[in-house]
Amino acid sequence: MHTALPHHGAVAAWASARTALGCTRGRLNLGAAVDRIGAGAAQDRIALQVGPADGGDAISYGQLAERTDRIARVLRRIGVRKGDRVFVLLERGPEFHLAMLGALKAGAVVAPLFAAFGPEPLASRIRVAEGGVLITSAWLHERKVAPLRSALPELGAVLLVSGGDAAAAASGGADTLDLEGLMAEADHGPAAVAMGEDEPAWLHFTSGTTGTPKAVVHSHAAGIGIHASAREALDLRAGDRFWCTADPGWVTGTMYGVMAPLLHGATSVIEAGDFDPRRWLDTLGRAAINVWYTTPTALRMLMRAQAQDAPPLQLPALRVVASVGEPLNAEAVEWGRRVLGHAVRDTWWQTETGAIMIACTPRHASPPGAMGQPLAGLRAHVVKRLGSGALEVLDDRAEVEGELAFEAGWPGMFRAYLGDPAHYAACFCEGLYLSGDLVRRDAKRDFWFLGRADDMIKSSGHLIGAFEVERALMAHPAVAEAAAIGLPDPTVGERVKAVVALRPEVQASPALATELRAYARARLGAVMAPKEIGFAAHLPHTRSGKIMRRLVRGRELGLPAGDLSMLEEQPDDEPQ
Amino acid sequence: MNRNEIRAAVLKLLARIAPEANVASLAGDVPIRRQIDLDSMDSLNVLAGLTEVFAIKVDEADYGRLQTIDDMVDYVAERRAAAKGA
Repeated sequence: MHTALPHHGAVAAWASARTALGCTRGRLNLGAAVDRIGAGAAQDRIALQVGPADGGDAISYGQLAERTDRIARVLRRIGVRKGDRVFVLLERGPEFHLAMLGALKAGAVVAPLFAAFGPEPLASRIRVAEGGVLITSAWLHERKVAPLRSALPELGAVLLVSGGDAAAAASGGADTLDLEGLMAEADHGPAAVAMGEDEPAWLHFTSGTTGTPKAVVHSHAAGIGIHASAREALDLRAGDRFWCTADPGWVTGTMYGVMAPLLHGATSVIEAGDFDPRRWLDTLGRAAINVWYTTPTALRMLMRAQAQDAPPLQLPALRVVASVGEPLNAEAVEWGRRVLGHAVRDTWWQTETGAIMIACTPRHASPPGAMGQPLAGLRAHVVKRLGSGALEVLDDRAEVEGELAFEAGWPGMFRAYLGDPAHYAACFCEGLYLSGDLVRRDAKRDFWFLGRADDMIKSSGHLIGAFEVERALMAHPAVAEAAAIGLPDPTVGERVKAVVALRPEVQASPALATELRAYARARLGAVMAPKEIGFAAHLPHTRSGKIMRRLVRGRELGLPAGDLSMLEEQPDDEPQ
Repeated sequence: MNRNEIRAAVLKLLARIAPEANVASLAGDVPIRRQIDLDSMDSLNVLAGLTEVFAIKVDEADYGRLQTIDDMVDYVAERRAAAKGA
């Protein structure tokens, strides 16, 4: 359907990725590809290193192959077949990597869930993905899953990883199983199911501006984009010690946290605890990290924790520091150069693209604060959507602002929104994938991030859909309507604020604002719930009845109202 | 301000940041993030709140030391004593 790009074989980086992954005649199982790459290296090379080398646990490529084979067999034994979903709800730790690779080997479609989500986002994502088996920890099961199970018939068996034990499993009921125990009973030997490169491997959830969250489908071919981009944008090489700080519940945690290092025969260093500036900076040195992939929020928090006059860190092994998730400010780039010894390279991609698309690479010197340029094989354009549904491609100008678009058909491109072909089709126009991100391309062809074309909120590297936040608030009896918006924040990029219109009989008060914040946090979890609640007598609507979040945000920031011709009435109310 | 008063003020601060939590039931020696749901911005707000409520300087590099309510009470008591002694 979208074949604007040259044949993939014509792009050297993609052809060599296919060779490395052992993808021939359209066959590829990424779980098996990791074994193949591990077998090519010494079997005792470390695949997963928990914490710094002098004290943490280590899992070799040989052990990784054996354990993930066992997980695949356990999944088959409990009835998981090709294409069935396996949800993974785990915090940072090697169990996440093992569960994902085992499920891929079994031919399952792996759906990572973010452990910080509240009950509503968890349940809605499991429903959107049409249910399946869940791998989680005893702790998360007790806290997040057990209370949902009676109302969530879509959820099948729950497998508890180590830390859970037979007793915890038994107390969870007949469908709660001890994964470790079942692995010990399972036969060993290769267990990977033969897969086609176009068969689905993952579902990653994005929270839209309207409607329920969408499940983005990626196939095993996404591994080709991950492999090629990790080499070009991150300079990742066999034997490197690689640390990706992304949470496992987000797409970066899967594609670069789990897959990129293992598809390159590198060692993935896992820092299991929560953010701690001293420990993180210590890990960079003690674990002799070569390539570090992190987020602007983490970098800004480290900058805040470091004294202004602190001497540069001695990190002789470090070669690349890269960042993803939200725009990287020039100060953070420079802080990297001064303190870590390397200017931080920005990278841009999104769940739908499957892998890094634009990055600052040594190939050309992008200015600090820029996203960089498209990776090899990709063709990016700046476009404007015309009212008629057509596009204007703004390529003929030296400097231009508009929506970022790519010629469709790169290997890691998403294959569907599960069960929503109309929404998928709407992402493409005239052979281009439309990203929804607004950018500027300068005269030297570097891209700069400007904002979202829609009302998605970028907070701490996570894309939060306004509608999911609003729906939770509107379930509260005092709330008539709500608009969720992102306000600029120096550390997390944007923080979520909700402006609510109350039912006529209800009075606004600070106590009610606190109650609404508590209500939203209990349902959505801390990362998605608004940090602030404001009240307004009415919210502005378009003539078709949609809330104009942009206008609500403009008012909050004191910006000019802009074009009001779409409004049903002139807004005369101000948020209190 | 004695330790009980410091503890009460820390709980009040946590209740402000995570109003859904029943702070009276929190264990003092278990990491707060194991008991209530805080994201990175909430955690920064806890540190900023300690600075504001107790008029002490909280070094953000100490983030990792302040995992439990007991850690926070100790830290605040220590800082206040140091400030008095200075």
